[in-house]
Amino acid sequence: MKSVTNIIKKEVKELLTPAALIPIIIMAAIFGSLGNLIGGAGEEATKTPVIGTIDQDHSKLSTVALAALNKSAKVVYNGSSVSEGLTTLDKEGGIALIIVPAGFGERIMSNESGEYQILWIMKGTGLMDTISSSNVDVTLQFASASVSKELIDRHSSVNSTVILNPTIRNETTVFKGKEMVGISPGLIAGFMSQQALIVPLIVLMVIIMAGSMVISSMGTEKENKTLETLLTLPVKRSSIVFGKLAGSAIVGLILAVIYMIGLGYYTSSISAGAPIDMAKYGLTLNAFDYILVGISLFLGLLSALALCMLLGIFAKNYRSAQTLTMPITLLAMIPMFAVIMLDFNTMPLVGQVLLFAIPFTHPMMAIRSLMFDDYTLVVGGIVYEAAFAFVTMAIAVWLFKKDILLTGRLRKGEEKLPINPLWRAMYKMNRKRPR
Amino acid sequence: MLNLTAIEVKNLVKSYGSFNAVDGISFTVNQGEIFGLIGPNGAGKTTTLRILATLLQITSGQVKVFGHDLEHEADEIRKIISYLPEDAGAYKNLTGKAYLEFIAAFFGNGRRSADIVRKGIEIANLGERINDKVETYSKGMTRRLLVARALMIEPKLAILDELTSGLDVLNSQEIRKLAKKTSSEGTTILLSSHNMLEVELLCDRIALINNGKIVEIGTPGELKRKHNCNNIEDVFVKVVA
Repeated sequence: MKSVTNIIKKEVKELLTPAALIPIIIMAAIFGSLGNLIGGAGEEATKTPVIGTIDQDHSKLSTVALAALNKSAKVVYNGSSVSEGLTTLDKEGGIALIIVPAGFGERIMSNESGEYQILWIMKGTGLMDTISSSNVDVTLQFASASVSKELIDRHSSVNSTVILNPTIRNETTVFKGKEMVGISPGLIAGFMSQQALIVPLIVLMVIIMAGSMVISSMGTEKENKTLETLLTLPVKRSSIVFGKLAGSAIVGLILAVIYMIGLGYYTSSISAGAPIDMAKYGLTLNAFDYILVGISLFLGLLSALALCMLLGIFAKNYRSAQTLTMPITLLAMIPMFAVIMLDFNTMPLVGQVLLFAIPFTHPMMAIRSLMFDDYTLVVGGIVYEAAFAFVTMAIAVWLFKKDILLTGRLRKGEEKLPINPLWRAMYKMNRKRPR
Repeated sequence: MLNLTAIEVKNLVKSYGSFNAVDGISFTVNQGEIFGLIGPNGAGKTTTLRILATLLQITSGQVKVFGHDLEHEADEIRKIISYLPEDAGAYKNLTGKAYLEFIAAFFGNGRRSADIVRKGIEIANLGERINDKVETYSKGMTRRLLVARALMIEPKLAILDELTSGLDVLNSQEIRKLAKKTSSEGTTILLSSHNMLEVELLCDRIALINNGKIVEIGTPGELKRKHNCNNIEDVFVKVVA
């Protein structure tokens, strides 16, 4: 038992180092704040939706429908002007203006479904952003049920099919100045999430694979004692850094492409059943947009590799290099989850700053931003990525000229003792002498 | 032989915090000379060699290699030196020949590079095994490859830390002969060793280093006479203890 305890103590002491703990603590703190952001969006699910209503019909059935809407939602506008309604909703944080057009009640009474006109004010394209529009869907279902009840109570002559489904919708979604007729926020968010899942996953895989190549390369150089030779060759330190980055990027990209081919087949087989032609809503990218996405992806990768190179400098051997890849993986996972769940524009400022500061965020959300012509965010992200990559590489080159690359955190006590007993005795004697 | 200075070290200090690994040493090495640094582990030999190989920065003092100042002209120094660390390795996924080609590419293109590789293969003397991956080599074979790597470029200064580390008696003797030959062809050699016999056989001059300071310097003959000893190991014990 004593032996086992001894080994456990040794293992814990060896593995539980500040280098292993600090990245985890930092990442836990970051994930905690991200959880608060998602939790905040989740609270939306329990909130009463804020809407506006316009009754252009003034029939008994339209009154019943609007009364039901009043019961289940917070109605901040009830008038006759669409523009006034939209302005009020914008001011009050509302998400939908529901118009009951003239002839609504008459159509139902003549055995046709009555049509609501819904003007959606979409706030973000993240999955969490569509929660409030789902609440409005529930409200509308309640209104339809109230109309059905009214028909059953007082107008039994109406066709039973219409009684069961007395209303249909005509939806228009307004988001970032784009007016998209015939589509709901839910459908747009669904399409965007599909995009938002694949792109961040590609970025994540490239970063993890290429990044671990760089860190492992540094760890292996140190473990195999080849780094010292490399550093005494007539080659500039910057060339060594760039050579290592480029080599790792090539290998990482090859591995990521192989991985993504497999994932591409997987996702296409899943999404093949429900294609949505987003081009007709103006949600497409042009050639210039694709160039921006490419630049953002390249700079994101470069930033990741430069960061990995910095971490690799502190790797003592291959094993410690493997541990050091974890912070990079976590750092890439944070924006991936955030981009899937949330929209950058609807996040609190702290969340926006946090995500913007992670260079991998920008290629992950570039496509989504460009679809809604948010060039400021994409170009700003590219400028930040370039600055981040440049500064990180400059620090890496600078550290390559310093002793730390070879000496690391080696302390005096870690020096080896001579094998020869005579020399060992002299060595110890020297160590005892005051300096 | 012209007695020109290859290495000039003045009051060299290398500190790690309050600990002086090298504590104000001064020495010169002449061109074509084989100069040995000997001392116990932790005495400052390897630190000195690493500084001269442009790997570590100096804390104070001055170092010149063939007239180039170490602090300001490290890139120039790297063009004329070759450093063989004690526990050096080679890239395990490369073959011995590919490793030599990788190194040679830094010193020349085309024919020059091919000539360097040819010389490296000759020095390594690994036969057909030169085409095998380094990971299949024994410790001795790897060391031979690394010695070949260090000497094939015909450096003006070869810095060799434990030249024959990991080699058996026969291989050690062969490598020592090779070092002598390289020196006679004009290469200056600065080496460190624990092997007193090796130092005595190879070196024109020796510096005894202990506790970061040079405690004695001279030819093996001079040191033996001065301390009335039969061999360098006895000189070392007498001087240091």
